[in-house]
Amino acid sequence: MSLSSAYSITRSVRPPRAVFLDFPLGHTAGKPGEPELNRDILADALAAFETIDQPGMIVTLPYVWSDDDGWKGRALRETSASAPQDGRNARTATPQYQCEDDAVAAAEAPACASCVWLESS
Amino acid sequence: MTTRNEPVDYIERTREQYAALGYPAYRWVESREPTPWKSLEKPLSQSRVAIVASGGVYKREQIAFHYRDDTSFRIIDSDTPNADLRATHFAYDLTDARRDPSCVFPLDTLRHLAKGGVIGETAPRAFSFMGGIYSTRKVRELLAPAIAERLIADQVDLALFVPV
Repeated sequence: MSLSSAYSITRSVRPPRAVFLDFPLGHTAGKPGEPELNRDILADALAAFETIDQPGMIVTLPYVWSDDDGWKGRALRETSASAPQDGRNARTATPQYQCEDDAVAAAEAPACASCVWLESS
Repeated sequence: MTTRNEPVDYIERTREQYAALGYPAYRWVESREPTPWKSLEKPLSQSRVAIVASGGVYKREQIAFHYRDDTSFRIIDSDTPNADLRATHFAYDLTDARRDPSCVFPLDTLRHLAKGGVIGETAPRAFSFMGGIYSTRKVRELLAPAIAERLIADQVDLALFVPV
């Protein structure tokens, strides 16, 4: 089952079971610092394992991100007609650590047995 | 009562964005074959549940993902605390995921549901990769089977995929 916040993509991919949470990208499983809300969301999502009875069904959860839907108008619209802009990061082939300290920790750790590569880079 | 807008159509938005940038159109996955289906063998409250997520989460001491079609994945033990989880991804705003990894990787959330009896148990390992792999063939033929093989080895009953 897929828990998704991109309805049109999920409908196109057609996973066997899907639950849709209408939150902005980067919040597929909830809000920061709201563990109780996130538990409710996940419990409701998992319940769909038992209620979805036909392949390809998408259940929409009732949660809303905020009182108004203003964020929806802005999503993926960094681009304006006058100044087209790709809001994403450059696609480099070196590891992109969250912080410098992580790079040091990874370098000092034994060879990563829990990192699995499927292609030679 | 506030009127709710329709969900954001990211396929359409991406089409607009790519056109404005002069990029060739992005080809989204469109599944045409019948959707696979398997009925549950036991109730949710007795099931072992695993998380598979594509938000670019890794664990401290692991090697981070890179941003050019990285098809690798990370195995994250299910007892890993949120404080040891990191997020990296080329295409979404990471601010909240870095503040609270549960936003995109609900492992801590799942542990609480296991404790509360909502699910039977958390699978011993979760699996994490970074989406935005432009080759769907590589995902289908390399990445998905490699993760599926481990889910089977872990005797997982239910897998929850959490994309970003």
